[in-house]
Amino acid sequence: MSLSRRDFFKYGAGVAGTAVATQGIDLRPVEAAATSLRIKEAKVFPGVCPYCAVGCAQLIYVKDNRIVDIEGDPDAPHTEGALCPKGSSTYQVSMNEHRITKALYRAPGSDKWEEKPLDWMMEQIAQRVKKTRDTTYVERVKEVTVNRCEGIAWLGSSVLDNEENYLIAKLSRGLGLVNLENSARLCHSATVPALGATFGRGAMTTNLIDVQHADVIMPTSNWAECHPVSYKWVMKAKERGAKIIHVDPRFTRTSATADIWVPIRSGTNIVFFGGLISYAIENKKYFHDYVVTFTNASLLVDPAFKTPTDLDGLFSGFDEKKRGYDQATWKFQLDESGYPKKDPTLRDPNCVFQHLRRHYARYTPDMVERVCGISKDLFLKVADMYCSASGPDKTGTISYALQLNQSTNGVQQIRALCMLQLVLGNIGRPGGGVVALRGHSNVQGATDFGTLYHMLPGYPAAPLQAAHPTLTDYLEKTTPKGGFWVNNPKFVVSLLKAWWGPAATKDNDFAYDYLPKREKADAYSHQHFMIAMLEKKVKGFICMGQNPAVDSPNAKRVVREALRSLEWMVVVDLFETDTAAVWKEPGVDPKSSNVEVFFIPGAPAAEKDGSITNTMRLAQWHVKAVDPPGDARSDAAFIVDVGNRVKELYKDSKAKKDRQIIDLVWDYQPQGAKKEPKMELVLKEINGYATEEIKDPKDGKVLYKGGEHLKTFAHLRDDGLTACGNWIYGGIYPEEGKNLALRREKPKEGDYLAHGWGFVWPANRRILYNRASADPRGRPWSEKKKLIWWDAKEKKWVGLDVPDFSPVMAPDAPRAKEGPLKGISGTDAFIMNPHGLGQLFASVVDGTFPEHYEPFESPTKNLLSKVQNNPVAKYWNIGDLNKLGTPDKYPYVLTTYRLTEHHAAGMSRHVPWLSELFSGHFAEIGPEMAKALGIQNGDMITVETARAKIKVRAMVTERIKPFVIDGKKVYQVGIPWHWGYQGTMKSSRGDITNDLVASLGDPTTFIQESKALLCNVRKGVA
Amino acid sequence: MARTLAMFTDVSLCIGCRACQVACKQWNQLAPEEPEWTGSYQNHSHFTDMSYRLVRFFEQGDGKGGLTWHMMSDVCKHCAQAGCLEACPTGAIYRTEFGTVNINQDICNGCRYCVAACPFGVVAFNEGTGTATKCTFCNDRIHNGLGPACAKACPTESIRFGFRDELATKARKRVEDLRKMGFKEAQLYGEDQNGALGGLNAFFLLLGKPSIYGLPESPKLPQSNVFVDSLLAIGSAVLVGLGAVVTFRNRGGQGGA
Repeated sequence: MSLSRRDFFKYGAGVAGTAVATQGIDLRPVEAAATSLRIKEAKVFPGVCPYCAVGCAQLIYVKDNRIVDIEGDPDAPHTEGALCPKGSSTYQVSMNEHRITKALYRAPGSDKWEEKPLDWMMEQIAQRVKKTRDTTYVERVKEVTVNRCEGIAWLGSSVLDNEENYLIAKLSRGLGLVNLENSARLCHSATVPALGATFGRGAMTTNLIDVQHADVIMPTSNWAECHPVSYKWVMKAKERGAKIIHVDPRFTRTSATADIWVPIRSGTNIVFFGGLISYAIENKKYFHDYVVTFTNASLLVDPAFKTPTDLDGLFSGFDEKKRGYDQATWKFQLDESGYPKKDPTLRDPNCVFQHLRRHYARYTPDMVERVCGISKDLFLKVADMYCSASGPDKTGTISYALQLNQSTNGVQQIRALCMLQLVLGNIGRPGGGVVALRGHSNVQGATDFGTLYHMLPGYPAAPLQAAHPTLTDYLEKTTPKGGFWVNNPKFVVSLLKAWWGPAATKDNDFAYDYLPKREKADAYSHQHFMIAMLEKKVKGFICMGQNPAVDSPNAKRVVREALRSLEWMVVVDLFETDTAAVWKEPGVDPKSSNVEVFFIPGAPAAEKDGSITNTMRLAQWHVKAVDPPGDARSDAAFIVDVGNRVKELYKDSKAKKDRQIIDLVWDYQPQGAKKEPKMELVLKEINGYATEEIKDPKDGKVLYKGGEHLKTFAHLRDDGLTACGNWIYGGIYPEEGKNLALRREKPKEGDYLAHGWGFVWPANRRILYNRASADPRGRPWSEKKKLIWWDAKEKKWVGLDVPDFSPVMAPDAPRAKEGPLKGISGTDAFIMNPHGLGQLFASVVDGTFPEHYEPFESPTKNLLSKVQNNPVAKYWNIGDLNKLGTPDKYPYVLTTYRLTEHHAAGMSRHVPWLSELFSGHFAEIGPEMAKALGIQNGDMITVETARAKIKVRAMVTERIKPFVIDGKKVYQVGIPWHWGYQGTMKSSRGDITNDLVASLGDPTTFIQESKALLCNVRKGVA
Repeated sequence: MARTLAMFTDVSLCIGCRACQVACKQWNQLAPEEPEWTGSYQNHSHFTDMSYRLVRFFEQGDGKGGLTWHMMSDVCKHCAQAGCLEACPTGAIYRTEFGTVNINQDICNGCRYCVAACPFGVVAFNEGTGTATKCTFCNDRIHNGLGPACAKACPTESIRFGFRDELATKARKRVEDLRKMGFKEAQLYGEDQNGALGGLNAFFLLLGKPSIYGLPESPKLPQSNVFVDSLLAIGSAVLVGLGAVVTFRNRGGQGGA
């Protein structure tokens, strides 16, 4: 008799004892006292880990309204009951004496917190919101109604639930706010346009469980340390014999498990991936049939288009003055029907494939060695190994995270990786894909729900005043001619109906004018609004579950000064964060700033209802296990309360501008003393419902009664008969009482992707673009790598996943002329793209193909062209606050990162079980550099950049190696960035690494460059 | 007696995340301790009365620029010939029907013989309660059909829990596989019931010599000395105990760098 892992770790009321006993194990207790189990008579609730975006399902055990234990749910298919150290400490997030459970007020110029009644605090906050809105509101610019308020910024949050993010997006737009962000901006914002431009959706293409089927795995992130539980799938693949290539500037806990460690100088990933693309093409290792069928390699580009190969580092159309591109030549040659011309032989010199080939011909193994610091021999070994994961029988997967994102080339670094996967035919297939690993629990959800300045829930763009003055202009300019986005008008109109309900009518363009319009594209991002605070343009700030005092670039010179320049600030959190305490930061006179601070105690996932979407698009619902302590309550309760109070303040207003908030539909039925809203109502609005009865025009049959839940986003309409808060989540709650995010069904035999566990957007498709797992005729590329295929008899797609395709469109179906899949044919696997193809050639603001430019602080000149830095990247010219360093004064390359045991900007610093795992802040340096500077392991040192300096302890380790860049040795310094001045133990507190980082941004998303900087180091802290 | 339960820790699958350390603290509700600088990621440098699980980190260069970073989650071995049990004068330390070794906190008189007698530095003394403490394999859990918290949390199944005979078979197979994959020095530590201390109920798969991981190559019991004269032993055990603590602190220190 043998027991499985699950048998040993599963405990349910009365189950374990009896089930195990009947299998013959003697369970007689030897001592009654020692063997009573504290969870035996406890109630158990489904939970989700609040830390990273692996989304480990938890079980929360409760006795007498107290949590007695939190551990992994052994039934969870993606985690199998495991938790990392952070997840294992979740108990202490709730049960923590350092938690703040009373509302705290810091008056302007005061040196102390005062406890205040929550009701008084909420009323004050509502009044501040109204006052600042009224004094900073812009109603019109020339003839255009813009209805925006630039005086308030709202940050939050990638650690809040989907429903809470939705409420923030809705209320803030309903107030006219344009400064709206969450932490995704700083960690993974480059992901969305990179994956979006290439594949059609800005989300991870695959499923963590599927990683076990890869033949080669190439993490370019520190996967084992930053997403440990999901690393089980890498280790399972490895146990089976898969090869692991770890690409990372440092030797980390991931490198320790890898077959090959590839040390790469941070900020040079395009050269590495470009080298691999070139290697695959020149050595005929690419998946030819896949490339011809599923990518735009065969499309012919306008002959006037030029690449950096032709123009020494620039694409055609560069405008020096505007620091931008005119994209007039970045287009295809069209046939009579308006569709791009093709050359399926891939030989035409103007086809995408030949452009790609010429573009990356410069990215030779020698160039990789000189720029990245990877020896030519090692590169060729890796190229051979990774490119072997291609063709009908083999696949490879690549993970990435912030080493690629946080760069002035962030979008293009990720795009280069995506293109490599397309060339090798690794998208939409088992064991393939791009694994985008997110660090906060709900980065994916917060992004999907548009708590971001540039987009609305479900990814429609936030309107711009010049381009989108009317709904007609907006829809015309943001709706493509082909691909599934042709349905954009249905999504947008349904969103407007969800927000402004009866006030949104056909006659008033569904209240389109209520949507605030942005002044320009280059505004309102996280870094933009921090600088706007310094300039006193942003006066009020609401910060939920984020800690910008620590997590933002240029944290000392810009961000903490900016926070102290505010008129008022609301912090909603569990603990007294560095942001909440910014007025009393060590070294600052606590009376010196006039910011009025409202601290509102929040609640973690264990204490509220809601859903969190993990990094593989899996939405899981958690159920409130206990009441939050004291005045603490859910973040949703705070948002709904603010909304209700502000609406009350405006209810008698006759001003036109105030219709935006007065007409906002805001009825979430707050319950009980703490006014907790009913979260299922929010989920229903997100899912979509019929605004009134909908009949089938053919036979008059009633399809939906008024108010009924929609079953799928396919039923959305652009005539106002449907309302939907986020179309991509359509179908998550298809009928009353059937919340699919809440389901936790054990996988059925053969269903390795576990379709009965939670809900994956869109439509529960677990692996995106899975049409590409079958050949042009709809047959699996191979038996070993089958996923979905065309059943000619049944005339539908069948297999192991929900087809990410029309379920009944035959492989030989011609391009659809009309309908929801207009422009898509039976082989167009990338249905969101205008031509249904994976886009090797795509128009991103800084080029159609990723081109290498050096980080703004670099030890070398650009060896690939005369253009040193990304010519269209953002540099904030704020004088001495943002100086850049040069290698003569700052000779060392600095890279920043995080550790398994800590969480981002600091929740872990308030959790003693995590704070005890490191003795304090440190920097890692190699022995050779340490010796030269006279530094011993454990010495205190000073690390300085052109912005700031910090004091840390030196950890001297062989794991940090120097690079040889263009023949010259360059030393590297690595610093984790979790520490700040707040925290529960001595080991929790330390200097702030992000003080060292400059104010720079990728041109598309304005994500900062915090992985590749220059610094100086000296022994001592004097 | 029931079938012997055991813990098999495979260092080739360990990613050093320390989930086991924290899961142990959570389940056993062990108080946090202010950490100290150890020179590496490891904390704490040795087992304490509040840390029953400990991930050790060791860097090993090959002299040619290559590097191995060993991580190993250490724990009480629940030895078949348990030094602590044999040294215990009050009978507080006993063996359960599953083969694990526990300390009955109600009977322990705080003499600390066990602290000195453990060849692995596992047993620690709690000043608050005046008793000796250590890992119990989560006694309350296993007596209710539930595996230990550390093994459950382990993301990569580096820590496996189950029946000793089954785990031993799996472990031997795994060594063979690893040797075929090129890990020539893969070996088991404590699996052999005819070996040192009659076999360990927490045994390990190592990728090199035990000393790389701070483990004694051939662990021995010091008790014969302790038992010679019980009166003398009270004094000497304290000294030996302190010595053990110092020894393991040093060992932790070597783990760094």
